[in-house]
Amino acid sequence: MSGNHDHEGHDHHHREPESVLSLRVRALESLLVEKKLVSSDAVDRIVSAYEQDIGPHHGAKVVARAWVDPAYKERLLADGSAAIEELGFGGVDLKVVENTPQVHNLVTCTLCSCYPHSLIGLPPTWYKSFEYRSRAVIEPRVVLREFGVDVPETIDIRVWDSSAEMRYLVLPQRPPGTEGMSETELAQLVTRDAMIGVALVQRTSGTPARPERAAL
Amino acid sequence: MDPVPSRQIADMTGQAALPRKNGELVFDEAWQGRIFGMTVAMSHEARFEWREFQARLIAEIARAEREGEASTYYERWLRAFERLVADKSLLDPGDVSRRHGDFESGRRDDVF
Repeated sequence: MSGNHDHEGHDHHHREPESVLSLRVRALESLLVEKKLVSSDAVDRIVSAYEQDIGPHHGAKVVARAWVDPAYKERLLADGSAAIEELGFGGVDLKVVENTPQVHNLVTCTLCSCYPHSLIGLPPTWYKSFEYRSRAVIEPRVVLREFGVDVPETIDIRVWDSSAEMRYLVLPQRPPGTEGMSETELAQLVTRDAMIGVALVQRTSGTPARPERAAL
Repeated sequence: MDPVPSRQIADMTGQAALPRKNGELVFDEAWQGRIFGMTVAMSHEARFEWREFQARLIAEIARAEREGEASTYYERWLRAFERLVADKSLLDPGDVSRRHGDFESGRRDDVF
C-alpha cells in the first residue's frame, strides 16, 4: 500500500512524477500551517505577487499607453512619477527617457539597488554585475552590440545612472507595422530588456491579429 | 502594500538562479509556486536566514548534477527546503512522510 515510497531515501535517479511532488508540497504546507510556522495566506500573497505583480507588465502598459496617446506621452516625459500614477502605479521617483531615431537610451545603476521593480519586476542578474555597470558607462555602444543591438555612430547614446532618488525607464521606439494594434496587443510586445535599453521592441512578425484580451 | 521583491531572490545566480522568462518567475506547476512561497514566507518570519536556504539549494543542485539526476530546479529546491526544516528541527521527516501518505490515500484532502 501507499507510504512505502522511498521519500526518505535520497537515491532518486529518475524524475518524480508531478503528482508525487504536488502531494509532498501539500503535506509540507499542511504541517507547517498546523505548527503555525507559516500561514497559507502569506504563501498565497507571495505567489500572487510574483506571478501577477512582479514583472514587466506594468511598465509595458505605460509604454503602450504612451505609444497610442501622444498627450499622455508628453506628460510621461515631463513627469514620469505623476504620469505612472495616472495608471495606478505609484511610489516611484521616475524619469522616462525616450528613444528616438537620433537618441538611444541605456539605464544602469552603479550603486545597484536602484531599479523600478514595481514597473519592470525583478532585475536581471547581469544588470547587477560589476561588468555591466562599469562597461555601460564606459563603452555603451559595444555593450549594446553584445546584446544584439547595433546602434550606428550617427545615433547618440545616453546612459542614465539610477540612484535611490531617481529611477529611469526607457520609452522604446514603437516598431513599424504596429499601427493596427490595440494598446493591449502593443503592451505584449514590450519587454523588460527594452525598458532598460538593451533591446529594441520587435513587432511579432507573421502573427495574426489576436482577439482583445482583458487588461494585463 | 506593494510587495517589494526580495533582493536576495534577485541575487540568486548561476545554477541556483530562479527560472525566469522576461523577468518574471516561471512556475510550471502550482506546487512550485507553493514551495517557493513557503520558503520566502518562512524566511520573512525569520525561521531561517535566506542564505541558509540558498546554501542548501546550491549544495543540492551540485549533488544532483554530480549524480547525473534529471531532477528539475524546483525538485531540488523542494529537497533543499525539506533538508533545511529537518536540520532546524522545524519538521520531523517522519511526520512529513506520514502526512504525505495521508494525502496520497485520500485520508486527508485539504491543507488545513
